[in-house]
Amino acid sequence: MRNRFFSGLLTAALVDPDLVLITADLGFGAVDEFAAARPGQFVNAGVAEQNMAGLAAGIALAGGRVFTYSIANFPTLRCLEQIRNDICYHHADVTVVAVGGGLAYGALGMSHHATEDLAIMRALPGMAVAAPGDPAEVDAVLSDLLTGGGPAYLRLGKTGERTLHPGGVSAPRGTSIPVALFDQEGSDQKGEVLLCSTGAILDATCDAAQLLRARGIRADVRSFPWLDPFDAATIRQAAGEYEALVTVEEHSIVGGLGSAAAEVLAESAGGTPLIRIALPPTSSSVVGDQQYLRAAFELDAESISRRVRNHLEANRGLASQIR
Amino acid sequence: MDSLSLARAVRAHVLRMTSTGRSSHVGSALSCADLLAVLYAAVLRVDPEHPEWPDRDRVIMSKGHAGAALYAVLAECGFFDAAVLHRHYQNGSFLSGHVSHVGIPGVEFSTGSLGHGLPVGAGLAWRARQTDREWRTYVLLGDGECDEGSVWEAAMFAGHHELATLVAIVDYNRMQSLGTTEETLRLEPFADKWRSFGWDVVEADGHHHAELLPALRVPRTTERARPRCVLAHTVKGKGVSFMENQVLWHYRPPSAEELERALAEVGAG
Repeated sequence: MRNRFFSGLLTAALVDPDLVLITADLGFGAVDEFAAARPGQFVNAGVAEQNMAGLAAGIALAGGRVFTYSIANFPTLRCLEQIRNDICYHHADVTVVAVGGGLAYGALGMSHHATEDLAIMRALPGMAVAAPGDPAEVDAVLSDLLTGGGPAYLRLGKTGERTLHPGGVSAPRGTSIPVALFDQEGSDQKGEVLLCSTGAILDATCDAAQLLRARGIRADVRSFPWLDPFDAATIRQAAGEYEALVTVEEHSIVGGLGSAAAEVLAESAGGTPLIRIALPPTSSSVVGDQQYLRAAFELDAESISRRVRNHLEANRGLASQIR
Repeated sequence: MDSLSLARAVRAHVLRMTSTGRSSHVGSALSCADLLAVLYAAVLRVDPEHPEWPDRDRVIMSKGHAGAALYAVLAECGFFDAAVLHRHYQNGSFLSGHVSHVGIPGVEFSTGSLGHGLPVGAGLAWRARQTDREWRTYVLLGDGECDEGSVWEAAMFAGHHELATLVAIVDYNRMQSLGTTEETLRLEPFADKWRSFGWDVVEADGHHHAELLPALRVPRTTERARPRCVLAHTVKGKGVSFMENQVLWHYRPPSAEELERALAEVGAG
């Protein structure tokens, strides 16, 4: 995802002299090409995120289109008030980019677990929030950000994510995208459950859907690369079509995709169950690589599939008792 | 309007606004009234008829709590009708206690949380140079505000990048929220701090207009050179004898009777 982002950004910068990239001294091996090709549009602000965010606001208010870049929580939480006051309140065309969303830097420790970013960025007035699910969604979201501008937050995974939309995809702001599973071709049968996913955990979500299908549960998958604006209409519609909705995110259970969906459902008619699969609202002192930590927090495909099955069985059991 | 008349008018407005609005920070606003008056009367290239003119000089009131002074100087310069100033701090008003740009022509940037202005000013100055434009950027800081680390992040950046058209004006009245700057968190050697961050420091009497003028005038250039820090030695509450050098007037609004006495002292009775 990171590489796809930088190549897209550089392509845009080559034809748009107002596009500026600021890093807070991170991106070794990733920002070099941009810096070499467009030195006048590149700033290394040093290890100084508050200054980076303020600079970005100043440059944007004088006509620049700015992307700030760092990893994990540094470009967001470290300078949260600068984002709120300087960027959002002034509608400054700034996109804050974090690489390493969720547990991508799992072994680096709690400081590098970006697990509340979506909730906090969602709460900021006027901030678009994007968490693409694969490299194709990065292209699509970046294309929208370059056209529509900031204030925006872009949460990326890191590198090597699987492409789940082999034919490419379009994702205008506020939309969600159906994901075709590989064994789905030719099947027009509607699923029983809809797995909604945001961010780079889309791969595990798709694998979980396959596991559910292997167990006879028809699971569809939909990716939500935008949390704000949020595709509430699709959630409402899906609530009428599926037995249950599931949200999957590599983020705290507080304030992310599950919360966004719950807010919509709570204000809608009907009682479609929502199964929220997310991280517990705790800090992890246990470290490990992303796969290890996903499994430890029951966010790997196997666990997602099991948790969905357990919930469905419980719901169905309850329903039969009521009958 | 000459700068002395402008400063007098600003002081009178500020006293009335804080008295009517029952708002805080009258001492802070009086402290920087001369700095703003000299800037707007004799230094800045701005056009009240075209507040968004792309080549205007930029002013960021980083010590946003002295917003009344900025609103007053803008109104006096014709950016908007001074008749609205009495709405300051009132229910339903846009003239908030801390600086807000929404609906108020001439306000470049909203502030209120300290330490935000200098990074933004550095961004504006950087952008001017990158795009070959000649506006200058002035950031008015409080001295207590310089406790904020973000001020020094931006100071380091501006020094490193030699943002020659960036001017940081520090309203150095030596008082902050709970006491003097020296007892709270020592700023001295203050000028040396800025110099060591790569700035050209000019110290001036912050109420002496003839002394401020050359300090505030920096050349329009796209060349690299040290940014300028004007350490303006000021008196909190300047112009009203019973407010001068007292932390109390960081908070207390003048009563009707105090207002009359204060207006007489600033020559607006």
